[in-house]
Amino acid sequence: MITLKEALTDIGRYVQLMGRVLTQPDRWRMFFQQYITEMFQLGYNSIGIVLIISFFIGAVICLQIKLNIQSPWMPEMVVGYTTREIMLLEFSSSIMCLILAGKVGSNIASELGTMRITQQIDALDIMGVNSANYLILPKVAGLMTIIPILVTFSVASGIIGAFCTTFLGTTTIHELLVGFHYEFNQWFFWCGIIKAIVYAFIISSVSSYKGYTVEGGSVEVGKASTDAVVLSSILILFADIFLTQILT
Amino acid sequence: MIRIEHLYKSFEDRDVLKDINATFENGKVNLIIGQSGSGKTVLMKNIVGLFTPDKGKILYDDRDFVSMSKREKIMLRREMGMIFQSAALFDSMTVLDNVMFPLNMFSHKNYEERVRRAKECLARVNLAGTENKFPKELSGGMQKRVAIARAISLEPKYLFCDEPNSGLDPKTSIVIDELIQGITHEMGITTIVNTHDMNSVMGIGESIIFICKGKIEWNGSNKEIMDAQNPQLEDFIFASDILRQVKEAHEASRDNG
Repeated sequence: MITLKEALTDIGRYVQLMGRVLTQPDRWRMFFQQYITEMFQLGYNSIGIVLIISFFIGAVICLQIKLNIQSPWMPEMVVGYTTREIMLLEFSSSIMCLILAGKVGSNIASELGTMRITQQIDALDIMGVNSANYLILPKVAGLMTIIPILVTFSVASGIIGAFCTTFLGTTTIHELLVGFHYEFNQWFFWCGIIKAIVYAFIISSVSSYKGYTVEGGSVEVGKASTDAVVLSSILILFADIFLTQILT
Repeated sequence: MIRIEHLYKSFEDRDVLKDINATFENGKVNLIIGQSGSGKTVLMKNIVGLFTPDKGKILYDDRDFVSMSKREKIMLRREMGMIFQSAALFDSMTVLDNVMFPLNMFSHKNYEERVRRAKECLARVNLAGTENKFPKELSGGMQKRVAIARAISLEPKYLFCDEPNSGLDPKTSIVIDELIQGITHEMGITTIVNTHDMNSVMGIGESIIFICKGKIEWNGSNKEIMDAQNPQLEDFIFASDILRQVKEAHEASRDNG
């Protein structure tokens, strides 16, 4: 069990690390190269999983609403309306980011942890490179750029999934379309994007912190990777409460 | 030249370095030797700034590294090259990109000049033709040579090698030692090698300090080590039967004039 002193020490070290990360890069050209690489590695490679999960969740939400909520007292379009609200407000931003915390967070922590134990980070420091800035800033910036795009894909994929349930006879395409358009508030889409940007910062910075500060060997890298996912997920859930309260 | 004055370092209640005074000269290979746990790696890490000493001075050509500002330290670090025990190559980059990395970060040369300089460094360590390989495709000795090429790409004034022969066969170790010595003499740089490899001690130890339990117990050169009258050094250097026999043969030939 982590003590209060350890928790405060961790917070202090995290803030110190972010102080080193959020500075001007030594070479902008190198930063942009890394930024593009990280967007590709962390985001582009996650598009498949985002589309698949969102597609099926969109379809399942639609089916569940139809089976459990629909009644003669409810209009048909409630299925499309509810599916849209769930996808926009929670699933595509918060739940998708929880899933990405597992995939991307462990990737970041294990990559940086391995660099630490194989002295690659020491090599950067001795060269006079701000290793925290060089390694972490492109990950943070890259993820904060790509995750909102993934959220948009997720919403689209979920809605396509919902449409596909019409082939099972749950509802009609027309009713779904009516539901999707019913009292559409564009701000809810931006809420999802804002949430995603905050979560992207949490995932990338917390996982980077866990990986960058590894001491020991492969066991510690594995532990850092697990801790990164657990801590990112908890922080995302906490942030979700506050952001939901503030934004909606 | 690097000078260490009254350097102390401890971890919690354990004193690891106690009143270290040493001078590492230009154009010479300076060795730090000692048993595992003697404090030689901690000394090296203090010198390169990975640890901060509790007390004392580390003077790089009379510039005190310990009391420097962060900015000054960064600038001084650009005059350093380091070869790590594990080579520490960036495994996501090709050999050429690894060697070009310091040039990309700090040099104002154009791309063609940077590539030319990186290729020169690779040729100097006899690795021309490996530019497009990744570190995982190279042997341990080749990785160490790439690390040397990367370390010298910015023409450093100070070269640090942390157990450069670790994990290498004796023949490859000699190649690495000769490279380090050759580069030191050619460039006139201050080289510090942290080692417990006896071939290195005898082969390239132009200036040696022996650390035992955090203190310098002996200093001299590889020529003087055979006649050193220090029981701890003798225990360390002549631990194997073969080396003990070499020492006895040396003493016998000396006594017989």
